[in-house]
Amino acid sequence: MEGAECFSLTAPAGCRAHRIGGRVIKRLLAGAVGAGVLGGLGFLYYAWYPPIAPIERPAASSFSAEQIERGRIVAAEGYCAECHTRTDNGGGPELAGDYRMDTPFGAIYSSNITPDPEMGIGTWSEDALRRSLRLGVSRKGVHLIPAFPYDHFTKMTDQDISDLYAYLMTRPAVHMPRRPNELPFPLSLRIFQAGWKLMFFTPGVYKPDPSHDALWNRGAYLAEGNAHCGACHTPRNIMGAEKKGSMYDGAVVDAWIAPPLNEKNPTPTTWTEDELYQYLRFGVAPLHGPAGGPMSPVPHRFLSQVPEYDVHAIAHYFADVDHAAERQGHDKAALARAMEQSKTDLVGPNTLDPDARLYQGACGACHYNAAPTPVLGRPELALNNALWLDEPTNLFQVMLHGLTAEEGQSGVAMPSFYNALSDADMARIAAYLRRTRTTLPPWKDLEKKAADIRKTVKTIPVNSSH
Amino acid sequence: MIKFKLNGRDVSVDVPDDTPLLWALRDELDQTGTKFGCGVGQCGACTVHVGGRATRSCITPVSAIEGAEITTIEGLHPEGEHPVQQAWRDIQVPQCGYCQSGQIMQAVSLLKDYPDPTDEEIDGVMGGSLCRCMTYIRIRKAIKKAAAAMREEKSNG
Repeated sequence: MEGAECFSLTAPAGCRAHRIGGRVIKRLLAGAVGAGVLGGLGFLYYAWYPPIAPIERPAASSFSAEQIERGRIVAAEGYCAECHTRTDNGGGPELAGDYRMDTPFGAIYSSNITPDPEMGIGTWSEDALRRSLRLGVSRKGVHLIPAFPYDHFTKMTDQDISDLYAYLMTRPAVHMPRRPNELPFPLSLRIFQAGWKLMFFTPGVYKPDPSHDALWNRGAYLAEGNAHCGACHTPRNIMGAEKKGSMYDGAVVDAWIAPPLNEKNPTPTTWTEDELYQYLRFGVAPLHGPAGGPMSPVPHRFLSQVPEYDVHAIAHYFADVDHAAERQGHDKAALARAMEQSKTDLVGPNTLDPDARLYQGACGACHYNAAPTPVLGRPELALNNALWLDEPTNLFQVMLHGLTAEEGQSGVAMPSFYNALSDADMARIAAYLRRTRTTLPPWKDLEKKAADIRKTVKTIPVNSSH
Repeated sequence: MIKFKLNGRDVSVDVPDDTPLLWALRDELDQTGTKFGCGVGQCGACTVHVGGRATRSCITPVSAIEGAEITTIEGLHPEGEHPVQQAWRDIQVPQCGYCQSGQIMQAVSLLKDYPDPTDEEIDGVMGGSLCRCMTYIRIRKAIKKAAAAMREEKSNG
């Protein structure tokens, strides 16, 4: 006797063995349900945070000028204004939120973090700010979406959080709402964020590594914590969490590639401490080129406005992460090779190659170099990340957008070739550069990829029909 | 309102962000020495200097040069006596003259990088500056003459 009938209330005697088994199963089931209920209760307990009582916005006089200034630096090193200031719809007031982020799960809009009591964080105590940064929970006890990188901010010290509080609370209050998030149900239920935390989030203040010196630890503290470099440069899993085993392997962000920051970075010359410092402080590294796209504000808007020591510390840390010391032995030869290629482009013989001529007409009047080293205002493409990455994404982005005088190297600009080069032209130039200036295999499906990247350009930079 | 420095003066233009710099220069600021050629950055006629670097103004949005320093042919020298302009006249380079302001701006940029350029270097850097009258031989000659004059000027202090 077997089958479903043994599990009915009127089961025949022959089902005994099953019934014994059934009792075990029942107990197990009961246990599982019990554990489930307990687990559920446990989860609710884990997930539940009480609201923190609202306060009157503290008077500006309750903070010292020194503390507010230290807070300004903390805010700059965390790029708060970048994601908490609207850029579409004509832009918005600084820190007033409503910045649109397109995630794989739907568009979300950042919070107003000015001290407005209704729209912003004017009723937040310092404890409330600390809890939001350390645990990703709002003053009211709501789980925050991890687009707010509290998985990094959790590492911040009490002192930094206290200083940041002083800075934020003394900004002008902006009474501006944000648009509602466009996450689909059930992701819109904030309890899901608690589950996400359970799986992927490790809270805890940064612990200095005693095997490294103070500069390294300062760099690691900033990079892993407040400056949240991994938020763009570490790939994420399907749940949107940074992959632990792939730290700094590089990732796609806003249709740009945030390149690897570890030894997987493909540029022919190493990102040394000095190159990293120049790049992070001034937005251009002599042997790598300018910061473009979403990276551009990092030096220009933020890291140029903080103590030099901190930028040195971040550079020092990443020169260790990418093992610059072990790799830079090849740099001299790589540089010589790049300059030789550039010279060949400049003085030929290549005039019979139609791709070379297309490149020269569109790009060559600026991107020329000769030994011994490239000139800052003429970035050497043979040394640039964009040509050495697995995909032509960043090369196409720069062709389409150009670079403003504020981006990359300050004061010089690259035109936008959006209307000047067709997808086919862009593909030919990309193929030509990859062929002549790198030692890597050709990129595939270039014309299609050019068209795909073109579709991501939200505002066409230049319009000659005015 | 977009502000920048034009030939050493502070200027501002009230045009849409995506207006080409060339339009702002010619239509808003009356600097008509810079010419429209192909409109797609392939001929060099619209070349001006942005932060000292030769830049095609027809495809550079004016918003991209906010705060930057722009030099046009009008600002190269107050009396039009830049060594490259002198050489241009001495050798009688232009035929129709339409491309010459772009050619001169590109040549000035070239001479900063290569004070004593070879034919190949001139061809390489000037390759994006087209001349439909085919005055390339004279352009090359004028660049070398200007280079010599500039080197002499430098050595004389």
